[in-house]
Amino acid sequence: MTGMNSVTLWGVLVAAGACTYLLRLSFLILLGRVDEIPDGAELALEYVPPAVLAALVAPALVYVDGTLALSAGNPRLLAGGVAVGVAWKTENIVATIGVGIGTLWVLQLL
Amino acid sequence: MEQERQSSFVAGVTDVAPILLGILPFALIAGVAAVGAGMTSLQAVAMSVFVFAGASQLAAIELIGQNAHAVVIVGTVAVINLRMMMYSASIAPYLRSVTGRVRWTLAYFLTDQVYALSITRFDDDEPSHRIWYYLGTGLPLWLVWVGGTWVGVVLGAQIPAGLSLDFAVPLTFIALLVPTLKDRPSLLAAAGASVAAVTAAGLPNNLGLITGAIVGVMIGALAEVLR
Repeated sequence: MTGMNSVTLWGVLVAAGACTYLLRLSFLILLGRVDEIPDGAELALEYVPPAVLAALVAPALVYVDGTLALSAGNPRLLAGGVAVGVAWKTENIVATIGVGIGTLWVLQLL
Repeated sequence: MEQERQSSFVAGVTDVAPILLGILPFALIAGVAAVGAGMTSLQAVAMSVFVFAGASQLAAIELIGQNAHAVVIVGTVAVINLRMMMYSASIAPYLRSVTGRVRWTLAYFLTDQVYALSITRFDDDEPSHRIWYYLGTGLPLWLVWVGGTWVGVVLGAQIPAGLSLDFAVPLTFIALLVPTLKDRPSLLAAAGASVAAVTAAGLPNNLGLITGAIVGVMIGALAEVLR
């Protein structure tokens, strides 16, 4: 339970929102003033989505309660692997999430 | 002209619809966790409106529950959402013909999903219709995100933890990740990012995420240049 006082908490929410909004806005206004995005930057940007999404996924699958669990005994790792396979074959988001959660439930019951 | 804007908007809504099902558990979790950490219902929903970024909200909520310092909490949100800056740079060229005020509005909706869908579509789309497709993806997402948070707040502890609904969060990211793996450099970028992020996971303030992303981007760019 938080002991943060209400005013501080609201301040945090507003500041967090403002920071996030400014990050989103950043190049939308900066690029208005620059005609072309440099080739090097354009090259790098192409790989932002796979890199960022992978960086979000991998730790969530591989760590259980803060410890590294790179084995078949880690149900999230297995369920995640199955989900990757489903996503690859079907490119269907509902199927990916449904099969992923379902696989996890089955593995947890075993 | 009106007809085409409408069809772009509808295309956006259609494309985002399957993703909404995955976002809903994410939003519910955000609501439940916020209240669980001691936030009021209003604060929990306000957070989803102000920040509108799930991964950073969950991290912030955890820190709030632990009474972390305000600066650390805001800093953590900023670091986790640094990727939004990359999305902004990547999508800006496609919105060059959009007027300033509209851009300020569009910026608010730049989430992972809106970015992923829009950047794929924009390569094919007429510039004048891009705004409508973009909003078609963003507006329903916003409704589900904020509405889902509110439902999570109301249902609260009634959602059993044994359902492991938090796993929907990485699953949503997997569903977005796989379609981006279209060639060898992308695969290498993802692999490199995964290894780096896992290795650096112990770093404070979620620096593991940004480390992973930077390593992945460098590997991807290098792989393309060396092809």
